[in-house]
Amino acid sequence: MSTAPRSAPISSRPPGDSARANNEVRLSVEQVSYAYSPNPSQAPLFTLEATSFQAHPGEIVAILGPNASGKSTLLKLIAGSLKPMSGRVLLEGFETHTLSPRTRAQRLAMVQQESPLLFPSRAWEFVLQGRHAYGRSLRFAGEDDVIIARNALAQVGAENLSDRWMDQISGGEKQRVILARALAQQPLLLLLDEPTLHLDIGAQVDLLDALRRLAAGNRYTVVVVTHELNLAAEYADQVALMQRGRCLRVGPPATVYQRELLEQVFQTPLTVELGSSGRPRVNVLAGSGS
Amino acid sequence: MRPLTLRRLLIHCAILAAILFGVIVIALKMGAVPVSLYGLGRALVRMALGQASDLSSEYKLIIFDIRLPRIILGIFVGASLAVAGTSFQALLRNPLADPYVLGVSSGAAVGAIVALIIEPHLALSPAVAALFTPLGAFLGALLTIAAVYLLGRREGQIDSTTLLLAGVISASFLSAIIMFFMTTLKGGDTRGFAFWMMGDLSTPLQDSLHWVLRVGFFAAAGAIYTTAADLNLLLAGEKEAMHLGVDVRRIQLVVYIAASLLTGLAVSVSGAIGYIGLLVPHVMRLIFGSDHRLLLPTAAFGGAIAVVIADTLARTIFAPSELPVGAISAIAGAPLFIYLLRRKLT
Repeated sequence: MSTAPRSAPISSRPPGDSARANNEVRLSVEQVSYAYSPNPSQAPLFTLEATSFQAHPGEIVAILGPNASGKSTLLKLIAGSLKPMSGRVLLEGFETHTLSPRTRAQRLAMVQQESPLLFPSRAWEFVLQGRHAYGRSLRFAGEDDVIIARNALAQVGAENLSDRWMDQISGGEKQRVILARALAQQPLLLLLDEPTLHLDIGAQVDLLDALRRLAAGNRYTVVVVTHELNLAAEYADQVALMQRGRCLRVGPPATVYQRELLEQVFQTPLTVELGSSGRPRVNVLAGSGS
Repeated sequence: MRPLTLRRLLIHCAILAAILFGVIVIALKMGAVPVSLYGLGRALVRMALGQASDLSSEYKLIIFDIRLPRIILGIFVGASLAVAGTSFQALLRNPLADPYVLGVSSGAAVGAIVALIIEPHLALSPAVAALFTPLGAFLGALLTIAAVYLLGRREGQIDSTTLLLAGVISASFLSAIIMFFMTTLKGGDTRGFAFWMMGDLSTPLQDSLHWVLRVGFFAAAGAIYTTAADLNLLLAGEKEAMHLGVDVRRIQLVVYIAASLLTGLAVSVSGAIGYIGLLVPHVMRLIFGSDHRLLLPTAAFGGAIAVVIADTLARTIFAPSELPVGAISAIAGAPLFIYLLRRKLT
């Protein structure tokens, strides 16, 4: 991995977070805002107010919030596929939206909600796509690419899926292969947009366990968009809580998970208690009316 | 894991080249004047080795000056249409896209006709004049695909049904325009309605156009081939491709222009032969899979083989009268199109 010169000043960290053995900031989101309007003369339909946070290698950040709170917009801004209206997103000192598609794909990988495949492909072909940004346009996959793809499949426990067709495996298996493709990109930053959306609870836990293992072992910085309160509390080092285009609070789950705040954001009565893992647990009080 | 290697690519291409050679020999033999296969094969090999042919000069005239140029024309037209079809299918993420279905061939025909009408009034030098019709066809193709692409979008996304409808409507509108030109310009040197709508390889080409076709084919197909790996990723969608490092806008621009050029070239010399760009990529995908590094060259061979076979049938089944080659490809292609459409939509 390259150690690019950082142009961003590093602010002091809030106390009380765990994964800070390495004090280098990898991802720095600085006062990033965005406005979406279908035509420039109209008032914007959606705005994201200035948002800031920082993440270190090995850290998992969860962007949490109800539907239409601006989670995915923030993720796209981080990924550099949207240009911020103001502020900037720095990945190892480079603004993500100014990188060429090729360089960007070598530094950050995006796992999106799955899109349908037009023509079927096998899992290993799919994972090898992650090597695209490293090849010349006509280069055939080399031995190193095959090894990296195989390792990526092994890292998510999907070696046995290698020769299966992508349209013939389960949702959880598919999500793991998609994650393997992102790992084959050898990124510094892994971005995931609602990766657990169509998974049953067992597959959700498997996927997030894999993510935590990877973040710790390979020093990836992980940013994951979700609306699963308890999974975010359990797996994230930091949580960014979003509501209607505003980032209300950023910090470790214990500081963000406060009953009044979550009730107001998610518009439902709930209780917050400390789980056996030492992390907050949320119980939604269904049926009690509001 | 068995990733594609150059070796495997070359082996597949060599097999297809051998099949194409066999088809050429048979196509050369078929016709009013009988020639033995053995004699033909011998003559072709001798010719390839640069030795004098031992066929009589009368046979030589029929085989090498009449049948062979027509076959070579069919090879380049078929390869162009198949590569253009493969490219449009990948770019538009629609397995039913092809220059004919999308109206791009009709657009190219209108462009070529307009060029044929304007050209005599411009007093161009012969070299430029030879380029003029293909250029008109290229522009016609490019404008049509741009229009169909814009009409086929819904809320900023390509919608496959809307896209196909936009193509069908464009094709019918443009064929009405062709009909209009053919009716009002009777007697001019603009060929006939059947030529433009059905495709026909029976008109011998000037030598200069042969060269335009060959150079244009290799340039455009080569440009598309440099994007083969990117096209594989574009199949998963523009956003996915972008996140995997594909410069989506650049690839789209290169492939749209090059595929329009291929369509324009093919149509300007042979009219709008239908279904080659649809059928051939499908068959090749079934056999070789959907990796464009393998699919594009095999589709080129497949298109060449398909058109040479179709044209041989067109000139022999009702001999001495001839069918337009597009009638054969449509008889074979339309039912397959319906089959694919139903399989996809249900």
